[in-house]
Amino acid sequence: MRTTSEAPVAEPQPIKRTLDGGARDAASDPAAIRIRGLEHSFGDLEVIASMDLCLRPGEVRGIVGPSGCGKSTLLELVSGLRGPSAGEIEVNGSSHPRRRLASCAYMPQRDLLLPWLSAIDNAAIALRNRGASRRKARRAAHPLFERFGLAGFEGTRPAELSGGMRQRIAFLRTLLAGKPVLLLDEPFASLDAITRAEMQEWLAEALAGESRSVILVSHDVEEALYLSDRVTVLSPRPARAVGEVAAPAPRSRPRLEAVTDPAFTAARERALGALTEATR
Amino acid sequence: MRRWLPSVVIVLMLLGLWQLAASSDVIANALRIEPFLVPAPSDIARSLWTDRSLLVDNGWVTLQEVLAGFAVSIVAGVGFALVLHLSPTLRRAFYPLLVASQTVPIVVVAPILVVWLGFGIGPKLAIIALICFFPITVNTLDGLRSVDPDLVKMMRTLDAGRWRTLSGVEAPTALPYFFSGAKIAVAVAVIGAVFGEWAGSSSGLGHLIQQASAQLETARTFAAVVVLSVLAIALFGLLAALERRVAWWGHTETGVR
Repeated sequence: MRTTSEAPVAEPQPIKRTLDGGARDAASDPAAIRIRGLEHSFGDLEVIASMDLCLRPGEVRGIVGPSGCGKSTLLELVSGLRGPSAGEIEVNGSSHPRRRLASCAYMPQRDLLLPWLSAIDNAAIALRNRGASRRKARRAAHPLFERFGLAGFEGTRPAELSGGMRQRIAFLRTLLAGKPVLLLDEPFASLDAITRAEMQEWLAEALAGESRSVILVSHDVEEALYLSDRVTVLSPRPARAVGEVAAPAPRSRPRLEAVTDPAFTAARERALGALTEATR
Repeated sequence: MRRWLPSVVIVLMLLGLWQLAASSDVIANALRIEPFLVPAPSDIARSLWTDRSLLVDNGWVTLQEVLAGFAVSIVAGVGFALVLHLSPTLRRAFYPLLVASQTVPIVVVAPILVVWLGFGIGPKLAIIALICFFPITVNTLDGLRSVDPDLVKMMRTLDAGRWRTLSGVEAPTALPYFFSGAKIAVAVAVIGAVFGEWAGSSSGLGHLIQQASAQLETARTFAAVVVLSVLAIALFGLLAALERRVAWWGHTETGVR
């Protein structure tokens, strides 16, 4: 029943990511997410060896790493769904798991839309969860359908939507939760290459209009760099951060233009280099 | 209609064969019994007409027993499934007992229940509920447990409490499973009613079958069996139609990974 306005949210400070590309010194800002000395194991299996991470409010942080390196686990730890074996996680200044859960909205790899609900009811489910009436929830969701090019699909059942459309609804659902932090777990992993490129462009546009802090997990360096201000590279399991690369290009630019930019390819090479080195 | 055509053709063919074999006394001769003991479909049809008030009256009794027993088993089965779903400890404790309840031979229990509960509707209700309870509970519980763990996690980050997760995600996922269980249950409920009536009763289709066969009224026996089958098929069909209306999404892939 907790609304985000009640959560102790530090005023999100929109940053001009198009100018500094996230290269600004993070330590001087109040952090949206601060992770210190994070370790996690499932029984004997060490998943996260040691991790420090700091996100400024409004920052979009990409996290790339080899498959199975513990990226999804990291998101579960940040969101408070899971308790870490060791270390400290602060979201909006609070390390209490319930506070973190109240500040984070988690978008899983698969869209996980409920087949018995229409698109708009799926998107507005967080509002329903907090006790809003169906009418009120729909009314709140409606403008977002307009804004994100989904007008006319409000009453459609998920089964009748394409993979890309379903993923858009899933993202709207995450947005409508109204949380200051979005955790996106490989949001486009299940899409074909063309839809995927389309969706990346769409998400870049969507994120450009948001002042929320975002962690975007991906195994695709290009995707992460295109969508984020800054990308953290993880080693294979047990994961540790082995590099951090700032994204040079403004994100709302057309994708093809952005990813062929020399500064972008250079950043991609740096990130790939760190990844390769860590895997070796 | 085309969907039903093959089964209708097969049934008509079998009835035709039966009619031929019975009216030419082939079956009776092969079994070395009196021809009147082997009624042809036409004899059964005649009995269905001449004994119609007998069949309707007794069928009504059996239908009431089946509906009451089925209702009890739905309430108990769904309730039990919910309890077992919400408490892993209780699930571990009761699940073996649940399975064990199905290994009890109903035919043996029925007379005991009659001794305990009398000749009225009580023992029939208990027997039907006992039979129907199992498929409903097991299927509903499977449905509740088939929910994707990622979906539950997602709901938690979207501010859903336990109740919202149950009512918004788990219950709708389980609904088609419940219907699978209920359809099995309603088909066997009719058999339960017959067992109950055999163990002791003064009316009902089971009672009628028992009496008719003791009097060597084989045509009437078959007529009662026909009514019994039609009853079960009709109830099954009603449930299937209801399922298509209220649980049209079926066994979803949100559950199965």
